Amino acid sequence: MSQARLEILRRVREALRDVPAAETAEGVAVPRDYRRADPTPREERIAHFVERVAEYRAIVRRVGADGLADAIASACAARGVRTLVAAADVPSSWIPPGVSALRDDLLTNEQLNGADGVLTGCALGIAQTGTIVLDGGAAQGRRALSLLPDYHLCVVREDQVVGIVPEAVAALAGSAGLPDRPQTWISGPSATSDIELNRVEGVHGPRTLEVLVVAG
Amino acid sequence: MTVEPLPTSPAVPFQESARVALANTQLRRNMGKATQTIRGKRANSVGELPDWQELREAGRAIKERVLRHLDDYLVQIEESVRRAGGHVHWARDAAEARSIVVEIAKRHGTKEVVKVKSLTTDEIGLNPALQAEGIEPIETDLAELIVQLAGDRSSHFLVPAIHKNRSEIRELFKRKLGLEHLTDEPKALAGAARAHLRAKFLSAKVAVSGVNFGVADSGTVSVVESEGNGRMCLTLPEVLVSVMGLEKIIPTWQDFEVFLQLLPRSSTAERMNPYTSLWTGVARGDGPKEFHLVLLDNGRTKVLADPMGRQALYCIRCSACLNICPVYERTGGHAYNSVYPGPIGAILTPQLAGVDNAPSLPYASSLCGACYDVCPVKINIPDVLVHLRGKVVRSKQQKGGWPGAEGLAMKFLARVFSGRRSFERAQRLGRLAQKAVVRDGVISKLPGELAGWTAMRDAYPVAPQTFREWWETRS
Ligand code: SF4
Repeated sequence: MSQARLEILRRVREALRDVPAAETAEGVAVPRDYRRADPTPREERIAHFVERVAEYRAIVRRVGADGLADAIASACAARGVRTLVAAADVPSSWIPPGVSALRDDLLTNEQLNGADGVLTGCALGIAQTGTIVLDGGAAQGRRALSLLPDYHLCVVREDQVVGIVPEAVAALAGSAGLPDRPQTWISGPSATSDIELNRVEGVHGPRTLEVLVVAG
Repeated sequence: MTVEPLPTSPAVPFQESARVALANTQLRRNMGKATQTIRGKRANSVGELPDWQELREAGRAIKERVLRHLDDYLVQIEESVRRAGGHVHWARDAAEARSIVVEIAKRHGTKEVVKVKSLTTDEIGLNPALQAEGIEPIETDLAELIVQLAGDRSSHFLVPAIHKNRSEIRELFKRKLGLEHLTDEPKALAGAARAHLRAKFLSAKVAVSGVNFGVADSGTVSVVESEGNGRMCLTLPEVLVSVMGLEKIIPTWQDFEVFLQLLPRSSTAERMNPYTSLWTGVARGDGPKEFHLVLLDNGRTKVLADPMGRQALYCIRCSACLNICPVYERTGGHAYNSVYPGPIGAILTPQLAGVDNAPSLPYASSLCGACYDVCPVKINIPDVLVHLRGKVVRSKQQKGGWPGAEGLAMKFLARVFSGRRSFERAQRLGRLAQKAVVRDGVISKLPGELAGWTAMRDAYPVAPQTFREWWETRS
């Protein structure tokens, strides 16, 4: 094994004979004059986010701070959701009456697969692309939870919505790279472009993604 | 150590396979429709970003930085992945990479591995190697599943079954998955794949994936996908093996902000692809308990050794250059006889496999330059093509005394172009000589050894009066 390592490193160094010995990696300039921050005012930014999530054919709705519980309840009722997977730290006030919460206490894959849906919060949302990022932080749980159930209901607070991708990357810098904080960037429901290059929703991930954008 | 040929090594010259492909009208119709659709969408999606050119330049520069200091970054990513609880393996060539993966699968006593579509594992010919050990590789990407069920080959990076239309896919699923009442609605076809693979995901012990980006300073690895089969493979099995070409490293987390803008818009023309997974080593209580990263050379250091051709390693496999290419649009991917088709394949395959093993590929282009314009990391494909053509000719010259018609012609031209007098003399001579072959102002058939040039195109004769001659008569 280590022989392969030595050999590859030797080949690389030999291949790079044209690179001056004094040159450092940082010495190769990377111009970052692309946009790093988005000046769009908050209200417009949220509106963008909602619009772009919807363009992926996800269901998206804005709700007032005190309307969240009702919105979750009516979303579940509309789909006939009876069992809802939720990480241990999802607030109990989010779980609608009459729906049984499957709290994740090492639920098996079969249990997850059999549930009607999953309810999560998120790390942040990106207006530019209509993306939701999960990073194993508050109210999200491990990755399998938001993967196996066919319906993902995701709560995004307005103050979690950033403008553009570089802002999201900066906001995630604290937890990115920590082994216990794997990330999943989600843009719309599972889809494929494999049949005649048209986007078709619904392959292996949740076929329905519903997003509630809560004031606050 | 020698590099073995890529699994579908271009033993057949491009021009020959292209002729076969061009005769298949269904294929041409499918290809034309698909590439035209995606071209329009890509242009819109890219046009939405006011800083697209700045992002391209940053992407190019990051890749240049990585390649010029690749030894440091390789050592760094190895350390980072180990620190995060992962295992790192080094593979000099395809055979070494295969045996690493097969060995891990065998150690866990599994009979099946689930796979996320990965060009790199195609490149090393992993599936046959697993099968030879009694382990069934299950392709989980819809298009790969289609290709695998059909016993066919991929013809596009992102959409390997781009050459098949929906009714062909329905017939295939009916036959192979025993689904009697399937319609050819894309939704129904996707649903059939979902049902077929769900049980496999739930029971698989070992998964194999490729890698889109690996961050050197944290060891974070990422897979960019659409369907969720990637998430399944990366999350559910106990053991995950990811095979990564040496060139897929990016230095820091911040660099993601560039590539996660460049890649989706260039590939599927979306603002963002449905799912991107990022993980670092092994997470407690979440996902695989064992993670292996295989760093693969397999000819990449040979590409690296050519300061001009090296830029082919910047490629993020978006496939924009395939979709825009007028040659690819007509021939499809199979004509390139390589895992890497299209314009990028025309510069990557000959460099990975050696120009002698793919001498026709640098000619599989009209040098129109469209690929360079769309490339999100600014690989100058036309320049590299010309550079490689030079290498092909030189290699032929070195091999045998007889330099061939092209070699002679190039030598002759070099002399002609070397001075103004010789050039002008040649123009006058040409005017005399062409009298025999010009018809209606064009030359549609050159004689003898030169016939190859006019087999596919007309040549234009030397003008009756050159600009210089006209200029002289003026003064
Ligand atoms: S060469 Fe450029 S355009 Fe072609 S696939 Fe690679 S990154 Fe994309």
